[in-house]
Amino acid sequence: MNAGLKPKHQRLVLLIVAVVVLIGAALLAAWALRNQASYFYVPSDMAAAPPEAGQAVRLGGMVKEGSLRTQADGVTIDFVVHDGEAEIPVTFAGILPDLFVEGSGVVAEGALRPDGTFEANHLLAKHDENYVPRELEDMTPHQVRDTLAEAQ
Amino acid sequence: MIAEIGLAALWLAAALAGLQLVAGALAVKRDNGALASLVRPAAIVQGLLCALSFGLLILLFVRTDLSVALVASNSHSEKPLIFKFSGAWGNHEGSMLLWITVMAVAGALIALVERRLPERTMLATLAAQAFVGIGFYAYILLASNPFERLNPAPAQGAGLNPQLQDIGLAYHPTTFYVGYVGLSVAFSFVVGALVTRQVTPDFARAMRPWALGAWMFLTLGITAGSYWAAYILGWGGWWFWDPVENGGLMPWLAATALLHSVSVLAARDALRTWTVMLGVLAFSMSMLGTFLVRSGILTSVHAFAVDPTRGSFILALLAIYIGGALALFVTRSSTVAEGERFTAISRESALAINNVALCAILAVVLFGTLYPLLTEALGFQVSVGPPYFNPVSAIFFLPMLLVLTVGPLLRWRRDSLTRIRTPILIVATTILVALAVAIFATDAGVLPVLGMAMAAAVAVASFMPLWGRSLRRVPLAVWGMAISHFGIAVGLFGMAADSAFEQERLVAAEVGDVIQDGPWTVRVVGVAPVAGSNWTGLEATLEAQYKGGGVSVVSPQKRSFWTPAQETSTSAMVTRWNGQLYTVLGGETDDGRWQLRLSWKPFVTWIWYGGILIAFGGLLALIGRVRSDLRRRAAREKGGARRAEVMA
Repeated sequence: MNAGLKPKHQRLVLLIVAVVVLIGAALLAAWALRNQASYFYVPSDMAAAPPEAGQAVRLGGMVKEGSLRTQADGVTIDFVVHDGEAEIPVTFAGILPDLFVEGSGVVAEGALRPDGTFEANHLLAKHDENYVPRELEDMTPHQVRDTLAEAQ
Repeated sequence: MIAEIGLAALWLAAALAGLQLVAGALAVKRDNGALASLVRPAAIVQGLLCALSFGLLILLFVRTDLSVALVASNSHSEKPLIFKFSGAWGNHEGSMLLWITVMAVAGALIALVERRLPERTMLATLAAQAFVGIGFYAYILLASNPFERLNPAPAQGAGLNPQLQDIGLAYHPTTFYVGYVGLSVAFSFVVGALVTRQVTPDFARAMRPWALGAWMFLTLGITAGSYWAAYILGWGGWWFWDPVENGGLMPWLAATALLHSVSVLAARDALRTWTVMLGVLAFSMSMLGTFLVRSGILTSVHAFAVDPTRGSFILALLAIYIGGALALFVTRSSTVAEGERFTAISRESALAINNVALCAILAVVLFGTLYPLLTEALGFQVSVGPPYFNPVSAIFFLPMLLVLTVGPLLRWRRDSLTRIRTPILIVATTILVALAVAIFATDAGVLPVLGMAMAAAVAVASFMPLWGRSLRRVPLAVWGMAISHFGIAVGLFGMAADSAFEQERLVAAEVGDVIQDGPWTVRVVGVAPVAGSNWTGLEATLEAQYKGGGVSVVSPQKRSFWTPAQETSTSAMVTRWNGQLYTVLGGETDDGRWQLRLSWKPFVTWIWYGGILIAFGGLLALIGRVRSDLRRRAAREKGGARRAEVMA
């Protein structure tokens, strides 16, 4: 960007720089997204094709009735997430979200342990009594019917 | 009656917006004075009517008039007064009414006080503001009428979501919306200037205070939202990269870029096209954010008031306005004259780098936010979180901060780095020293270390533009810039320190237990029942001591609301100058112990102090600009009067 350039050329140089940086940002974003996005599973997917142990994923489903246990330390909680077809045991250390109850929907963030237990480091239960995680809308009608029947 | 008056006022305001659009457009086209004289009054009355309508909705909520559907489904007579008040916009319809009110009042303000623009540009601007407004009037009146009656009226309302029964609902949506929707003014200015081919430094000077004002409120609103999210359990802390949060951040990034490029246009008549693009982009991002939030198309922990059926309406508006503005831009681009030249080392160049970097960050956030939609269309679901957003945005944020340290010291048009080698050396030394301290004295990760080092450098550099100047004669706008940049440093330090040094303890404790969390010693004194006007609950009493100092009592609660029947955890905090101790009461275990979560968050408060400083800098700049403009106008009038005298 030399002052000797014609204005038109300077504008072009500026434009090229901006476009190159923005395309760079887009490519970088695309590359990072492929590596960093965590994938969403429902229990039957996870049972059929489990993600690698330790890989950050999300697990969404219904909390199975009667599966909630608190360990002796008082803060580690075990429960089972199911979608009517498969069940995945989940363990979580922390204070449960306010609307977390057996039979309600939940999305757990975390990773699968080698022993097949899902270790959640974050539970998302939206603070709304009518909440069904949006991802569950993709369950098969059969699954939905089952879960609803069981939830009631 | 009140609801009917409110609705009538809204219809009238919509009709006036139509008048404002038609009269404005015709007046611009035909230079018709009679039509032109209608435009300003139409804008002013429209603003008043909207404000009236919004005031009436608040009145309905305060009185808990259950014959209004919106009140019945979102309020309750036993709710504390402040939440009846703020509950008016804690729902979809009410928040859209707040949206259009902000837009109409902003239009009225332009019509009242803006005198610097050429009259035709002014008319075109007001017509554009009305054009955008009409879409949102249609949306409210046809698809989300807040005044709809319910017959028969229920005996009691359904109550407000307990999570929203917080003082945060009073100050976060209001400040945020003023900024978010205030950006429509920048959009209208740009459209007005394009229509009348007046993209000039004068136009930039006229637009700057409006953009500054909107940006200032947006900054405050985001800061307030971040503070609110930090103390509500389950909202993911002060920043979660949630789609709703990103929807607020993206317009802020665009508005920040706009603020800097409009300065270049005002001072140097360069970056014309770029400024126009940013004006369109900023408000487009506001509308996109609204679409993402309102449609519920992305999973968010903050999305209340969601209605998927209405998402497509906003999407259509988005397409019309952005498409229209871009089409206008294309037809006019050849008439936007080329700006002044500048060299690679110059103030303009530094600001251009700032702009490109901000846009790159915006692109990164935008891609990350929309990526789940893309993959869903391809048949698999993903979620995108901090492991993506933090490092990828940092790649552009860090170089931008480097430029920020020395950019304000550069002269316009042409400068050399050797002239400012002393400040560069100081900044470089600060970065190296801070890096060394952060690496060797702490065990923080890469990003927090870089963040703390850059925070130190920006803090030092932010006041360098004031060096060697008589402080009393430094223009307010320069003070504003220094304080805003300093605010960036403060906020950045808070973010880095909190993510690096947070210490959390999760325990099941009995009464009498003593828990250690970092420098804090916390004793559980007791857990007792407690009640509010629409809830009952349990309250823990904790005695917290920082490094053996004085004792503070904290009382986190678990509340059970009865309308709607819902439980919430209300956290409690001890705030020191160097951070916050955050406490949450969980459930009771089978053997009678209480779950407690204690988090020591060092310097977390600095994040919000930083945000407030950034906004305060904006306020100073705004006052400075307006004042010098008024002086200039007074001087011109005086000169004109004197000339008339001499001529006579």
